[in-house]
Amino acid sequence: MMNYHPFVIPFTVGALFLFGVVFYKFYAWIAALDRKQKFMVKQNIFSFKTIRAIGEIFREALVHHNIYKKNPVLGYMHMSLAFGWFLLIVVGKIKASLYAGTFFEPPWLGIFFNFFAVDGHAFSYGEMLTFTMDFLLLIILSGLALAIIKRVKSSLLGMRKTTKHSRFDRIALSSLWFIFPLRLMAESTTASLHGNGGFLTNSVGHLIPSAIAPYAELPLWWAYSISLFVFFVALPYSRYMHIPTEVVLILLRNWGADTGEQLSGYTDIQLNSCSRCGICIDACQLNFAAGISDVQSVYFVRDARYKTLSDEVVNNCLMCGRCSNECPVGLELTLVRQQFRNKQEIPGKFYYEYTEPVESKAGVDVIYYAGCMTHLTPSIIISMKKIFEAAGVNYWFMDEDKGVCCGRPLRQQGFIQQSKNLVIKNSRIINSARAKLLVTSCPICYKSFREEYNLNLPVMHHTEYIEGLLADGRITLNASNVTVVYHDPCELGRGANIYEQPRNILRNFSLIESDYEKENSLCCGGSLSDAILDLRLQLKIRDHALGELTKDKPEVLVTACPLCKKSFVHGNKARVMDIAEIVAGNLKVIARKKQSVRKEELQLV
Amino acid sequence: MKDLGFSISQSRTIDLDKSDLSAYRRVVEKVPSAKLCLMCGACTATCTARNHTDFNFRKVHLLFRRGQFEGLAEELDKCMLCGKCRLVCNRGVNTRAIIYNMRIILENLNYKSIK
Repeated sequence: MMNYHPFVIPFTVGALFLFGVVFYKFYAWIAALDRKQKFMVKQNIFSFKTIRAIGEIFREALVHHNIYKKNPVLGYMHMSLAFGWFLLIVVGKIKASLYAGTFFEPPWLGIFFNFFAVDGHAFSYGEMLTFTMDFLLLIILSGLALAIIKRVKSSLLGMRKTTKHSRFDRIALSSLWFIFPLRLMAESTTASLHGNGGFLTNSVGHLIPSAIAPYAELPLWWAYSISLFVFFVALPYSRYMHIPTEVVLILLRNWGADTGEQLSGYTDIQLNSCSRCGICIDACQLNFAAGISDVQSVYFVRDARYKTLSDEVVNNCLMCGRCSNECPVGLELTLVRQQFRNKQEIPGKFYYEYTEPVESKAGVDVIYYAGCMTHLTPSIIISMKKIFEAAGVNYWFMDEDKGVCCGRPLRQQGFIQQSKNLVIKNSRIINSARAKLLVTSCPICYKSFREEYNLNLPVMHHTEYIEGLLADGRITLNASNVTVVYHDPCELGRGANIYEQPRNILRNFSLIESDYEKENSLCCGGSLSDAILDLRLQLKIRDHALGELTKDKPEVLVTACPLCKKSFVHGNKARVMDIAEIVAGNLKVIARKKQSVRKEELQLV
Repeated sequence: MKDLGFSISQSRTIDLDKSDLSAYRRVVEKVPSAKLCLMCGACTATCTARNHTDFNFRKVHLLFRRGQFEGLAEELDKCMLCGKCRLVCNRGVNTRAIIYNMRIILENLNYKSIK
């Protein structure tokens, strides 16, 4: 048979196995999507969103634009391997089709082309295509060299830590490393015998002694085919499963699939889309501030995928969202981790029946819900009262005496059912008041109200509210040149996207920028989500964050979360104030009472 | 009169040789700071649930420590895990994690909180 040699068998068998397993997995995952996700797919599959998704697939799965933005060298490495190999396959296919004169040539012809086409470039565009193939191979080999350097010494590529791999990943990784050098050697050997190579393979071919070439040719092509076989067979069970899965992920994400509360096929797709690049390890404060480097998202995702999750890996997380923010694949790591924390619900069981029904006050415009934590920082409550009074707002302080929790702390530990019971209780009180606005001082409550509650009124965090009051001129501030630095709380910043409102308020002071702000802000360490972290390590995280924030020696460290305030206050690095406090302390209308305000503040801070 | 949780206890015997102390050991394994607890009651004073009921962290902690699990699951279900107690603890005990772990362990011990 023409264009056939037994060494193509390992490659062909491997490729068939790979396609079989990948399509089986895709089928299983898509079948396991939940109802809402399936609905979104049906709704959007024939829409403009699909075209946008294809564009994103090209940009992210092949060119790796996101990694490139984060780290150009790392981006080049991924692009050369992914896009380079993709083009090598496509150009190889075109070349083989032109050579064979049919589109339906055997699939291995493109892969092992140089072995079969020993008669030079006797077909259209032959010369040009050979040059292209050699050029692509060179690009891939340069990327491979970077990959090897990264594995040996990750710091050279700007990464502080790289992922520690399992044995199976190592097999796949080694076979991948062998594929391209073996291809180069095999093609070069054939080129030295027949002169059918390009600028790269011919030159390398000249270096091969002509006495060895005839004996080395076949073993090299066999080795190339076998390395492809090993890689193809290992791929679905190793981290390289991210290559096919990311395509499905991007499609589903563009169609509007939502991670949801419970595990689903979409969770599996996200877990398999992780390339274990380890960028999340560098982003994690548990790593660089507390020295824990085995619970990060990359390890969590790996363990979840292989079903070897330990309690510690799931629960030792601040849920600050820094990793999700950095992830080049865009995995919703915090939400997926949350899914694994969620516990089974007990049907018919109700919690917190003991709470006494709070009579809601009718005829108010604004409901103020301080939140549990704010009750530990009464200075925030006093300041908010002052601001409400100065603006002449008709408000009702909902949890002044007998409040219940908003439910989010329970939710973060996975007690969904308990949390829902609290949501029902609070919703009833809030909705029956028929007010116009709900203001809360705690970002945790704020996020909870926004996402879990079904309320008949808009919700605002006090930063948004105060900004509105200032913009409307209902309160005005004294000019002040106190230097302040602003700390974005996780739940308010990355959690609820509130970055500009506090900064607009702080324009009235002399605001210093910090290295860690907005999406890159740090966690204060006080996060409720981590029920494992030792106090000693928590304080390390706090001290690191505090050190970074007070680098430029601001007079006041301003934050907008009672938990952050509580954490930072005990660090004794700078004066810590909530944004409500600094506003209340500079209100123009109560300027003449300044003396007494100062006194009160000094006692409370 | 307001119940402050400090009434006179009925006389009773607690035989620690017969109690199941392994559950508490598991809690200490997960939350080593549990050993630091002085039972001062600051956590109970600030507790959001305490504001509504007689829920008392100090009490449930002590009962669990001694292996007296009767009715404890229902008692623990009163906690909203809001975490205020952890912040006021002057010994740095992760009280919230203790409750969380006690709940999970009790469910494994078949003291399920289904009524």
